[in-house]
Amino acid sequence: MAVLKVHGSPFSTATMRVVSALYEKGLQFEFVSIDMKVGQHKSEAFLALNPFGQVPAFEDGDLKLFESRAITQYIAHEYASNGTQLICPDSKKMAIMSVWMEVEAHQYDPHAAKLCFELCIKPMLGLTTDPAAVEDLEAKLGKVLDVYEARLTQSKYLGGDCLGLADLHHLPTLHYLLGSSAKKLFDSRPHVSAWVADITARPAWAKVIAMQKS
Amino acid sequence: MATPVKVYGPPMSTAVSRVLACLLEKDVNFQLIPVDMSKGEHKKPDYLKIQPFGQVPSFQDESISLFESRAICRYVSEKYANQGNKRLYGTNPLEKASIEQWLEAEGQSFNPPSSALVFQLAFAPRMKLKQDLGVIKQSEEKLAKVLDVYEQRLGESRFLAGDEFTLADLSHLPNTQYLVSVTEKGEMFTKRKNVGRWWSEISGRDSWKKVVDLQKAPPPKSA
Repeated sequence: MAVLKVHGSPFSTATMRVVSALYEKGLQFEFVSIDMKVGQHKSEAFLALNPFGQVPAFEDGDLKLFESRAITQYIAHEYASNGTQLICPDSKKMAIMSVWMEVEAHQYDPHAAKLCFELCIKPMLGLTTDPAAVEDLEAKLGKVLDVYEARLTQSKYLGGDCLGLADLHHLPTLHYLLGSSAKKLFDSRPHVSAWVADITARPAWAKVIAMQKS
Repeated sequence: MATPVKVYGPPMSTAVSRVLACLLEKDVNFQLIPVDMSKGEHKKPDYLKIQPFGQVPSFQDESISLFESRAICRYVSEKYANQGNKRLYGTNPLEKASIEQWLEAEGQSFNPPSSALVFQLAFAPRMKLKQDLGVIKQSEEKLAKVLDVYEQRLGESRFLAGDEFTLADLSHLPNTQYLVSVTEKGEMFTKRKNVGRWWSEISGRDSWKKVVDLQKAPPPKSA
């Protein structure tokens, strides 16, 4: 089997998204650390892997890919018979999961990522959190989570009855938000809270977090 | 003959037009069902049952109900793989991986700034809303950086994912159409040599011309 490589940072949400899929599948991979503090992600060598100058980038032999959600989909399909099943073989069920994957990408992530930036990244960079922005983002994210609450009363996981990429893709931003004042948004919605507890307890996810400590 | 699929929403919506382009590329018969957004029909309980975020489009095909335009396009391309444009979603895993990569690039990098510009420059005036000059400036700067990447890519490759027109290119049609035809930001595309050549090719496709005609048709009269 060709060597799988991930180029990125263990603190980058997009990198964590890809690594979580690899651990769920039990796949061996090489992690190439990209030092964003010195702008390594804008170096010519890295731009050859991702012309947008963003982490992560991924290699499977000669195949090179960027965009975390395209990479996880590739992994889930190409290595369908390894480890956890992350997609649905049934085409109708997969269509439903695909809807909620888009929901994560277009409804949830824009607010969640900005909230992560305000509450978690800014303090790390010595910048001041903007309380008005936080209030606005929490209200918007709250509305999305109201839809999730309704969905999760009818479905065990977001994409359907089985865990899949639609759920997994949320883990990186969830991880950061649960460590912030935004945790209340998840705790106050019982079905959302149960779903969060379930997916964050997965052993593969613990391995992703462990990478931040090494 | 198969029952036509149903698409809910006005063709002038960029997300609705994305789905229509895909259906036309795949020769799938569809019924376009109006949703009167000026009367808030998309926020009413009956509509929220099929699209809980209160947005257009939503879609029905026999027993399945879907939303999110890119998810609908993927479903249509897979289900009707053997008809219409058979290369739209790739014919092997490597092609598909490249298409997914550029479809994600569209959704994550191209769509946010281009959508903001479409809203500010094409829709806000029609809706008599005040434009936000700060948003326009920021969005233009972001979009310019994305188009620089596209300029390089399209110098190496005829279409974004490879040598064939795919869903990845199609997904860019709606926002670009507005920017090029209704705003003065069209130059961002036409002045970049490779991007300009690509835009000409993809917008010249019969399927897209039909979508543009649907957008120009007068809206149906309310009952």
